[in-house]
This record gives sequence, C-alpha cells and structure tokens, in this order.
Amino acid sequence: MIANTANNQRPIFERPILETPFYESYKHLIQNDQYEEWSGYTTLASFANDGQEYFAVRNTCGVYDLCPMIKYDISGADAERYMNRLVTRNIKKMLPERVTYTVWCNDDGHVIEDGTVFRLAPTEFRLCCAERQIEWLLDSSIGYDVVITEVTQDIAALAVQGPISCNILKKMGFTGVEVLKPFQLGNFSLNGYDVMISRTGFTGDLGYELWIDAEHADDLWQALFKAGELFGIRMIGSLALDMLRIEAGLILVNVEYMSCFQTVRPNRARTPFELGLDWVVDMNKGHFIGRRALVAAQKNSLKRKLVGIDVDWNKQADGALLYDSKTCSRQIGEVTSALWSPTLKRNIALAYLDAPYYAGEKSMWAEVYLHRECQWERKVYECHVTPKPFYAPERKRLTPPEDL
Amino acid sequence: MTTDQYDAVIIGAGHNGLVAACYLQRAGLRVLVLERNEHIGGATTSISRYKDYTYSNCSYVYSLFRQEIARTLELYKYGLQVIPYEGGSQIIKNPDGSYDSMGTYWHDDANRREIERFSPRDANAYERLNRDIVRQCRFIKPLLMRTPPDPTSFKPRDIMELLYLGKRFYGMGKEQMLETIRFYTMSVGDYLNEYLENDALKSYLAGGATVGTALGVYSPGTAYILLHHAMGDIDGTVGAWGFARGGMGSVASALNDSFLASGGHVRVNAGVSKFIVQNGKVKGMQLENGETVKAKLVVSGMDVRRTFNAIDSNELPAWVVDRVSNFRFRGSSGKVNIALDGLPGFHGVPEGSPCLSGDIHISQSLEELELAYDDWKAGRWSQKPYLDMLIPSLIDPTMAPEGKHWMSVFVQYCPYKLAAGEWNEERKQAFGEHIVDCISAFSPDFRSKFLHMEIRTPKDIEDETGLSEGNIFQGELTMDQLMFNRPIPGYAQYRSPISGLYMCGSSTHPGGGVMGAPGANAAREVLRDLGRGVQQ
Repeated sequence: MIANTANNQRPIFERPILETPFYESYKHLIQNDQYEEWSGYTTLASFANDGQEYFAVRNTCGVYDLCPMIKYDISGADAERYMNRLVTRNIKKMLPERVTYTVWCNDDGHVIEDGTVFRLAPTEFRLCCAERQIEWLLDSSIGYDVVITEVTQDIAALAVQGPISCNILKKMGFTGVEVLKPFQLGNFSLNGYDVMISRTGFTGDLGYELWIDAEHADDLWQALFKAGELFGIRMIGSLALDMLRIEAGLILVNVEYMSCFQTVRPNRARTPFELGLDWVVDMNKGHFIGRRALVAAQKNSLKRKLVGIDVDWNKQADGALLYDSKTCSRQIGEVTSALWSPTLKRNIALAYLDAPYYAGEKSMWAEVYLHRECQWERKVYECHVTPKPFYAPERKRLTPPEDL
Repeated sequence: MTTDQYDAVIIGAGHNGLVAACYLQRAGLRVLVLERNEHIGGATTSISRYKDYTYSNCSYVYSLFRQEIARTLELYKYGLQVIPYEGGSQIIKNPDGSYDSMGTYWHDDANRREIERFSPRDANAYERLNRDIVRQCRFIKPLLMRTPPDPTSFKPRDIMELLYLGKRFYGMGKEQMLETIRFYTMSVGDYLNEYLENDALKSYLAGGATVGTALGVYSPGTAYILLHHAMGDIDGTVGAWGFARGGMGSVASALNDSFLASGGHVRVNAGVSKFIVQNGKVKGMQLENGETVKAKLVVSGMDVRRTFNAIDSNELPAWVVDRVSNFRFRGSSGKVNIALDGLPGFHGVPEGSPCLSGDIHISQSLEELELAYDDWKAGRWSQKPYLDMLIPSLIDPTMAPEGKHWMSVFVQYCPYKLAAGEWNEERKQAFGEHIVDCISAFSPDFRSKFLHMEIRTPKDIEDETGLSEGNIFQGELTMDQLMFNRPIPGYAQYRSPISGLYMCGSSTHPGGGVMGAPGANAAREVLRDLGRGVQQ
C-alpha cells in the first residue's frame, strides 16, 4: 500500500518518487529542503542542522525514517533451509525473535548485499536490505517450499537511536522493551495495533527499530514525538546517519562496494573476506550459495581488504588515494568513506588496502585534495590501520540500558 | 573534365563515404566525392516531400555515430546538434479488449514502478538485463574503430589484433566469456525469455533485434542485433538514442560542410556505372552519363554487391565473385513517413504522458513478432508488422509547422520480392495503407490527422539509395557476416582484390547504422597503404 499523500496519487511520469508513510507526520520539521532520493522515496539529507542531528543520536535521541529500506518476507516449510542456503551465516542456530547481520553471495562468492535477517517465527523470516533483488530471491528459491513477498510499502519503520531511546519507548508504554538484548526483537502493542521492536540500528549506539503496518504510521510518530519531546528527540537525515555509521565501522552498499549484480567491470565485485566480513561467513554450516568459491578463495592470500584507518591530521580524507610513501610513488589503496569524528576527535576512514598493507605493519600516506577558498591544495598525510568499530560505547550492549 | 587533380575518388556521398572523404582530405589528399543522386546523404537524408514538413526519409535516429569521428571532423561546428529523446510506449491490448501502455522513462524509479505494475520480478530482472548488455557493449565497443584481424594471417599486425581481441575476451571473466559465446549465437526471443516474463516488455525490446534482418525473434543470431542497437550512447548514456536536429540529413550536411571546408569537392548526379581496371589496378570510373573519370585510388561507399558488380568479373578471382553473390542482403524493411495535422492519441497512453516522444510500439508478444516474420518468408508484408514509430516533431521544432507533426514509421517485415509479383505503384500504396490501418487500430484519431505519406518499400530504398535489395545495413548483421567475415573473408580490411580499390560502406566492419566507423576505418587503411598518418 502506497502512503495516501497527494503526491503519491499523481501519475508516475509526473511524480516518480514516493513519499513515505511518515512524510506527512514530519514534513513540518523540514527546514532547509535538503531532499535526497533513496530507493524511490523522498528522504532528507538533513531536516535542519546535520551536526545537531548527529549529536542527538550520541547525546539524546535521533529518529530516522527507515521506510524506504527494502523488505522481503520469506515464509514456508522450507524457509529455514532456504535462508541458510541464501546467506553466509548459520540460520539454523538462529532462534525466533532474533535478528542477525549477514551478507549473501552469488555462486562466485561475490557479495550481492549485506543486510539483516529477522526471524519472526520458526518458519517466517524478514530480509532487510538496500537494493531490490526479488528476481534473485525467486530464482534461488526454486525447489524450496517458500513464499517470498516484497513488503517494503506495507511496513513502516523508524529507527529510534541514542542513549535516551529506551527511556522514550518506556514512556510510550512499551513495558519490557528494556530487557531486549542487542539483536533481539519483541512484539508490543500501541493504541490497539502491533508494534514490533528490534534492538538494532545503523548508528553504533543504543537504539531500537520500530516496525508497524504502514496505516498506523502517523499515530506511532505522534506518540513517539510526544513522549520524546522533553528528552530532546529529533528527526535526523542521511548526513547525520552517515557520520554515525562510519564511527560504528559499518559498511554501506554503493559506497564501500557495489553489488556483484550491478558491477560491469569484472574486478569490481567483492568477496566477504575483502570486505573484512569473515566473521559473518560460517564455512562449517554446510552448503550455502558461494561456499565453493569462498573455500577456493581462502586458499589464496587476500589481495586487498577493507580496514579502518586513522589519518594524522584534521581534514577529512574523502576519496583519497593511499600510497606506500610520502612521495606517493605507488598506490596501495583508497579511501571509501572518511569522517572527522566529532565524538572521538579523530580523523577516521574506511579504506581498501592491498596486501600486506592491510595488516597495519607498514606505514602509508594519504593524498588529500582540499578546496580552500576556491583553490585546490594537495596535501599528503601519514595514516595508520586502526581497529573497527572506531566507536562502540558500553551502552550499546548494556541490558537493561541505563535509566536516565 | 580532368581528374588528375585528385588523389582519391570516393563513390557515394552517404555518411560513410563522406567520413572517409573527410579523413583523406584532412590527411592532405585531394579528394573528390561522386554521388549518383542530385542530393547528398545516401540513406542519411532529410528531404521535404510535403509542404513545410521535413522527413528523415530513411535512417531516423542517432546514437551509434562514433563520437571520436564527430569531434575530429568538427561536425558540431558544422551544425550537427543531437538531442536525446525521452520516453517510449509499448501499447498493450488486454484480453478483455481494454488498453494499457507500458512507458519508458529516463528516471530509474519511474521506469521500475511502471514495469512493477505488470511484473515486479521483471522490474528487477530488467536491471540485470541492462547490466549484461552493458557488459557486452564494453567488450564490443573498442572493436568498432579497429580493423578486424585476419585470423589466418601471420602478419604481426593481425597477430597483435587477435591478441588484443583475446585479451579483451579473457578480461571479461569466465562467467561473461561463456555468456558471450551464448549471446552471439542465440535468438533474441530465447535471450529475453531467460530474463523476463512479461510479453509486452519482451516484445518492446525484441523488435529492435530483427531490424534490417530477414530473421525472426526466434532465429539464432538475433540477440547480437539487440546489442548492435544498444552500443551507442548520447553524452555517455549508453544505449540512449536521440534526434539530429533538423533530421538525419543534418549529419550528412555537417559532414559535407566539414569536407568542403577542408578543400574537398563533391559532384552530384554522377553515378558510377563501371570501374575501369587494368592489370589488377583501378584506373578510374565510367559514369552513368558516359563520362570517364580517371583515378588511381578509389574508395567505394556502395555496398559490396554493387561495388563488385561494377567490376568486370574477368578482373576478379572466381571465389570472390561467388562469395559476393552469396553475401546476404534480403531486404526486409520498409519505411513510411507520415505528415499529421496534429498529435494523434494512442489507446492506453494516459493524458499528459511524455512517453509519445520516444519509440512507440504496438506488437503484443514474441509470438506475434515471429508470425510477422512468417509473412516475410511467404513473400508478403506482415499482417501485424513490428513498427518502430517516432514523432520527432515533438522534440524538434524545425521539422513540422507549429502544432503539426510528422511520424517516422519503420516497418519490419516487408519483402523485397513479393510472392504476388513485382512491386508496382498499386502494391506500394496498398502497403502504405496497410501500415496506416495497423496504426489506426491503436490510434482512433490517426486517420483524421493524416495528411500525406512517403512510402518506401525495399524496392524503393534500393532504387533511391542504391542499397541492394533495400537492406538498410548494406548486408545482414549476422555472425557469419561480421568482423573478419564482413563483407567476405580475406577482404575484411577495407581492401579488395583490385589494387587501389577500397570499400568504406556498411558492408564492411562494423556494419550498418549511422555509425561512421566503416568510413573512418577505411580511410585509416588507405592512409596506411600510402604511408601517411590519420588525424586523431
């Protein structure tokens, strides 16, 4: 069901982009018209001040409209078998009412996407991701007793993130939300409709995601913002979210890698190992799509790997190429995402590094171009490999969270 | 007249002849172009046939023309302006008799949502199809402006070119190498069936893969023709098509002006009837008016059949004569250009839709397209033909009076030889009327807007432009007639068995479409033989 707004009723050729079920609820908060299309929906790069939106999540509570995230429901007698074949993690070990972060690959062991799997019930799963892929899901389910449906438009979702998020949810009446552990979900109700709450997020902080039938979107939003009013709750846009996810060391499709379904150049697809995601690949769980290729890949040393780096200076190293020496004679990597971290006061980045540089034992330099008062300047700074996540506060895992 | 003043003579002022002429003139040769008609352009023309309307009489859209040629020859300085078009409509007749349409849009999400109305799976699969076609384009595109290697030769250059080809092929990766081999041999119907389930979307895409070729959508080899139409680009948008402002004749006139500005000469009404050959060397031409033109270096833009028919067979190896006579043309396309008193409406296309400014199609399924081919085999024009309809005047204000429009209708299939007998005026009119009937079935007010039409059967195309059997590509684009097989094995490097006689038409690699690559490649080979460089 498409949200019933005036723009959404217009013909496709007049208005290709849809408004989300929450758009009418929060549009009065949009101050500077920094719209950004995501997955065919109108979203906001920022509502008012992206810096303040970022700090809301690290200090109080920030809310992000998750509706455009692509969601597939997968159910049926073979749902567990199918999911276990589809993704690299062991789904058999996953209990109902749990969520897991995983990747899924093609038969070459190249990553199609990363995302989360929700086990709603023993034979019911939900796959959340950023790119549409119904064709692959249907093709790879041939021979399995499963029904796969895209529910992106039917489910509305909000990410409620930050140190005070739990307090606000409790104030809304979601009693028991505080006992949810990270990656656990629970079913609650509000004003007579179901609200699924998962302790998940893309910010590296304490946080929850709320999932409802799209028709109740406005009611949920009003209740949330009424409860959060005195706690400093605010809507956040994608600029703030991007800062948060970089600090959390989380990768983003089309930034850190492209889906192997979309790459045109043959050497652009990535294995989970290259993305530094060995920990989500269970090579001992039995067959899954891409396993053979990944077994073969493990026999060779890794040529490149995505790692975290720290740049010895204070200007973001966006798009910087990385070199083996200060004279920049040989390129050994490149930055995919860069951030001056306002919380850590460190200049961090996600970067691909060639072997052996990703091990962090050799020194390296970043070539940074700075646009200063309409003039480009070239700078070279030393950088170091550093562990991810860059930022992981104790409150992210603490259960129950601190009652503020 | 004396022609000693010329170093090279080009036969035919079609776009490839003019491209070759420009490169040779700019390399310092003195070049004369001889054109049979009283106008230049060959099949790249815009000649008014009715009042203030200008048609693109034959070729009608622009995409494949190599940008490097247009830049080098400064065509944009000489008036060529290319406007990309947006949109496209596949009109759908539902089983209950109602109508719908599937539009194409520049906006990815609009496109996806439109296809999702019919098949959510296809909306997703269409992206994968496009990506796979782009992968194939990346393999083939760099080959367009290169001379095909002779696979049997041990000359260093041929070996290097074969290595280049092999390197590019292996560079695609194992999966794509296997896919490529399948792609070049399979039918477009089977290819699309592997991706898509919706009939409307499949027939929208498949029709283009039979254009100019007497094959059906289920004939092996047609998948490549889909690629041939996708490997162009407009300003970097791969697969996009556009209009040359003022019609396709403005491509020819820009080439002509560029050529004249560099000092070249063009003679119209100067058709060649015979090449003069002595001791295996070309000496000149006899013109249709009886005049003799001397030349030591001749580049023929005519198709391979007409080129060799103009040479005494005594001067040619018997196998060459034989192979050329077997080169397949098999005219299969017609063209109807229609002047309209206003914009016609189409069933199923919503009010205000921008989709009529792109290609409009009415074929309903692959099966219907295959039946259209069956009619061609039986020597009839198709009862339900594949029509590629465009209304350039929606975008280009120079081609029709204000508020009026003209429609370009490409028709597949229309035979060169009718089972019923020779083409004559009565049959030609009947063909044109049939096409108007076909369109009217989907456009209720089409007849009432109709003012004039220019009908071109394959026979007309042959008579007017010299394209044998009216084949728009100067010979079918099937694997056995491409690369080092085009036009014939052993003479695929723009040379001929006659010393001094070269070929630069679409009968040579990489084939037809308003691409210019054969002309540029031929010029490069001529200059190589002369020990001169080519302007980059």
